[in-house]
Amino acid sequence: MKKLLAAALLLISISLQGLTVQGATISVSQFVEHPALDAVLRGFQDYLKEKGVEATYNVHNAQANMGTANQIAQQMVGEKADLLVAIATPSAQTCVQALGKAPADLKRPFLFTAVTDPVAAGLVKDLAKPDPGVTGVSDLLPVEEHLRMVMAYKKDLKKLGLLYNAGEANSKATIASIKELSGKLGFETVEATAAKTADVHQAAKSLVGRVDAVFIPTDNTIVSALESVIKVGVQNKLPIFAADVDSVKRGAVAAMGFDYYKHGYQTGAIAERILKGEKPENIPVEFQKELQLHINAGYSKQMGLEPPPALLAKATEVYQ
Amino acid sequence: MTLYAALGAVEQGLVYGIMVIGVYLTFRILDFPDLTVDGSLPLGASISAVAITSGLNPYLSLLLALAGGFAAGVVTAVLNTKFKILHLLASILTMIALYSINIRIMAGPNIALLGVDTVFDAVTRFGVPAQYAGLVVFGAFAVFVLGFIIWFMGTEIGQAILATGDNPQMIRSLGVNTHVVIILGVGLSNGLVALSGALVAQNQGAADVGMGIGTIVAGLASVIIGETVFGCQTMARAFIAAVLGSVVYRLAIALALGLELGHFRFNPSDLNLITAILVIGALITPNLKKRLIAR
Repeated sequence: MKKLLAAALLLISISLQGLTVQGATISVSQFVEHPALDAVLRGFQDYLKEKGVEATYNVHNAQANMGTANQIAQQMVGEKADLLVAIATPSAQTCVQALGKAPADLKRPFLFTAVTDPVAAGLVKDLAKPDPGVTGVSDLLPVEEHLRMVMAYKKDLKKLGLLYNAGEANSKATIASIKELSGKLGFETVEATAAKTADVHQAAKSLVGRVDAVFIPTDNTIVSALESVIKVGVQNKLPIFAADVDSVKRGAVAAMGFDYYKHGYQTGAIAERILKGEKPENIPVEFQKELQLHINAGYSKQMGLEPPPALLAKATEVYQ
Repeated sequence: MTLYAALGAVEQGLVYGIMVIGVYLTFRILDFPDLTVDGSLPLGASISAVAITSGLNPYLSLLLALAGGFAAGVVTAVLNTKFKILHLLASILTMIALYSINIRIMAGPNIALLGVDTVFDAVTRFGVPAQYAGLVVFGAFAVFVLGFIIWFMGTEIGQAILATGDNPQMIRSLGVNTHVVIILGVGLSNGLVALSGALVAQNQGAADVGMGIGTIVAGLASVIIGETVFGCQTMARAFIAAVLGSVVYRLAIALALGLELGHFRFNPSDLNLITAILVIGALITPNLKKRLIAR
């Protein structure tokens, strides 16, 4: 029986290796399916397609399981692609670790994207001079600019609710800088946390009556359950602001920030440079270049807030 | 599945195998369904990560992790035995509490262990290539823990744990305090789970508060795969089967990751489904074989 199983495994693995295509091969590790991260991958692939880079993709998804992410990293090292790409922090960390211990002939250039704080995550020591073989794009929020937009939108803002998962490294970084800025900008913050998507609705409700508006950072847990927050906002005339523009389409009042599709697009440009032979360590870690303002006028009114004309004029996208 | 990925899967199977030994101890021997492990795995990782980043020897950090996991198990068992909270609920309560505690320990949700000394450096210094270091270290740990637990179950305390799971009334009538035995057993189980978590974190390059999600699922699946495929006639065989079951489970995931049928490629999101189907295959094969032979 054991021999049979081993033989079957061997047979399948042999038949799987035969499939190689000319042109570049890119292995991708995405941590979890959600609209923003999916958009990163689409933007990335679209950029390369537009530039005529013929690439074959091995896309893997850890379905939010860190153990699986680690296995995916090892799988990707064995796939001998021309470039390894990781979307989101946990996937990036496991890839860097797997590449670090890979033998020299399996080492490949590595590119991370949708990582908020690459230094704290241990991916690079210096943003300007990344470690050998590693570079990427950070999705660090332009926090102050963002908060000024929220204040211009909700003019009498005294208390801002912050809704996030304390278990996410990305959110912790953003929340810390919001709290630091709140004194200077003149409002108080009230925090509510949810550890999993099932707790998000309750956490959102806990903010009702205690704050003038709610801000959601780029938090995988909250964004996955965004609809439940929007519902609370509409029922209680509580405006919900988000940090990523994909969430505006789904019902958040407004977000300044960037389209994760553009984020992936920008990542694609770095991939093109690496595939053409540039060394990753010579490419400094980039931040999102193009910032946009998206407004959802329909939900804004439902949450009891008339969109200010000045902001409407600046917006790149207005949903009714 | 590439050879490299297969090696990686065996490596993961061995390190999670230490966790599976712990799950076997509670689930099968003590008859105590224990969900604490979803919290004690990242607990071990957190403790080890904080200890290493503050400059402690990575091997010593494992002892701290073991002790932390033991304490978590003791809390669950005390809630169950002394305060009469149903074992499932007691373990769930400890598990959710550990989520917050782990964030406290790490002062955040994630500590990177990239570029710091880990248990693997001691091995690579002896000239073992980095890609095999995990296999060597985890193989050694798995064998050591297996040896320990098989020896331990033969001791008087081990026999008491065995008897408590089998027939608590009988063992009480012999004058053994079953509460103490359960507390010790669940503590030991979670100590092993935390040890496994600490090693996993050092291997994957980060301790993350979310890394415990699904531990009990993987643990139970591995236990049952081990029993079905490798048998559990004796105590020693059952424990070894549990570790091998964990290896098969990880191989199934590795296989699912690279699976292509001709030109048809699965979606990345099909991963969990394919893993489930492969595990079902491993589980029903011995049964089918038996039926074929019977004919």
